Amino acid sequence: MAIDPRAKIEVEGLRLAYGHREAIRGVSFDVQANEILGIIGPAQSGKTSLLRCLNRTIDFVAGAHVTGTIRVDGEDVRRVRDVFDLRRRIGMVAPLPVGLPMSIYDNVAFAPRCAGITSRGELDGRVERCLRQAALWDEVKDRLGSLGTKLSGGQQQRLTIARALSHEPEILCLDEFSIAIDPVTTMRIEDVLRELKREVTIILVTNLTQQARRLADRTMFLMAGELVEIGPNAVVFSDAPAQRKTYEYISGLFG
Amino acid sequence: MRTDAQPRVAAGPDGRPPFAETAYGRRKLRQESAARAVFLAMTLLMVAPLVAIVAHLVVEAWPALSLEFLLDVPRNRMTEGGIWSALVGTIYLVAISLAVAAPIGVLAAVYLNEYAKDTWFNRIINLAVINLAGVPSIVHALFGLGAFVYAARFGFSVMAASLTLAIMTLPVIIASTREALAAVPTAFREACWNVGASRWQTIRGVVLPNSISGILTGIILQVSRAAGETAPVMFTGAVLYKAVERGSLFPYYLDDQCMALSMHLYVLTTQVPNVAHAIPYATAVVLLGSVLLVNAAAIGLRVWLRNRKRW
Repeated sequence: MAIDPRAKIEVEGLRLAYGHREAIRGVSFDVQANEILGIIGPAQSGKTSLLRCLNRTIDFVAGAHVTGTIRVDGEDVRRVRDVFDLRRRIGMVAPLPVGLPMSIYDNVAFAPRCAGITSRGELDGRVERCLRQAALWDEVKDRLGSLGTKLSGGQQQRLTIARALSHEPEILCLDEFSIAIDPVTTMRIEDVLRELKREVTIILVTNLTQQARRLADRTMFLMAGELVEIGPNAVVFSDAPAQRKTYEYISGLFG
Repeated sequence: MRTDAQPRVAAGPDGRPPFAETAYGRRKLRQESAARAVFLAMTLLMVAPLVAIVAHLVVEAWPALSLEFLLDVPRNRMTEGGIWSALVGTIYLVAISLAVAAPIGVLAAVYLNEYAKDTWFNRIINLAVINLAGVPSIVHALFGLGAFVYAARFGFSVMAASLTLAIMTLPVIIASTREALAAVPTAFREACWNVGASRWQTIRGVVLPNSISGILTGIILQVSRAAGETAPVMFTGAVLYKAVERGSLFPYYLDDQCMALSMHLYVLTTQVPNVAHAIPYATAVVLLGSVLLVNAAAIGLRVWLRNRKRW
């Protein structure tokens, strides 16, 4: 495959307001294919809102007003006609685990089925692969028929990750995926993400600056809806990042 | 003066023994038992008239109650015989009205709760639904008379009466269905949207399976309301008396007039002289019994579906 000179995701002058409250105030950056971009920043900095703009679930929020452009593979997401196809291409893992009230198998098979896949063999294969990737397979392989909502919090979170992978996204967004998971499992999933990087582009929103440091290729620091700094980890996490604020945040002087 | 040989009394931070009674603590306990007593008294006060009504009805109706009373038609100028004509008429009216109102109500509620955005137009619709649910049945009756009996030319008939009952139950079905849908957590919907499910796929896959018990309960409770109301059917299709064969399952056509239990009870108690004392009471017992039966079915269904609830 020829190397695509364009970035996978290009964000230009993105602004988002909920009514009169501005959540994102003019942010521009891009995400290269097959990189892991870490996004760090304190609460209310616009991290989650940014993801919602990307897969256009912001459309469901009454009163949200978006300006600026987000392009995925060069195409403006707000011009995409089949928004469901857009969302299929973007896997989204929410911070709180949500097991859908159906069997574990159906939780993972739901998205492929919505995409029109009916072959039992293909669904079986996908369910197993996604559950393995989310480090959940060994724990649930004997009870795929039991309810996803009956799993423990950490297991449900991994189920959420399996579901986000089930529609074979090109971009995977993880919003604080590790807050409900123990450190050992977190490490296993981080290993999976490093593997996945070969196939997908990953955006990792995290409150754990060390997680971004471990995992990301580049890291972006957002604060109060503004982009403070974006750069390779070697710079952002060094003793002398471009912005003094970045250094202060990362070294725990505030935030 | 205390010495080490004496047993030590534990002391809290303020020097007094822990768990010592305080004036505030005693007042709190008194309030607690008083509140409990008041709530219990109100509950008993509520139950007492219900028990009294049922007991009175059953005692008065006892001589007339029999299977024959259910299956026989009124005889001898309605002073003897049974209530089959009215019972089957009510079943017809309720069944047809629900067959019309339930699908329309449920689908409209799904639209309002799942699709509709918060615009002024939809707010007006919501307001209309809530207000319609509170309109007295006599007003629905007048509307049915004008709309179905005269304007739509159904005449004074089963059809007109059923549709009037449908109009009456529709807003309540919409309101109860919306409540059931709204009880499904939004997080489930968002999880579905995030993986590329359309609204309809979300509704079919997650929202409806988890709200169906509430939806069905709401619909079934309207059965008892439709069966009990007198005014809507009296204005649009129910008559004093109609000759019907004993135990006949299909006594009425859609354009026939019919008898109805609620109307029959009203007629027996006010219009017909020399009725055996027990007959109106027995009619009331049948009406009450069928309502209780349907409500019990609703509760049973709810319990059954809740055991299958998945979160």
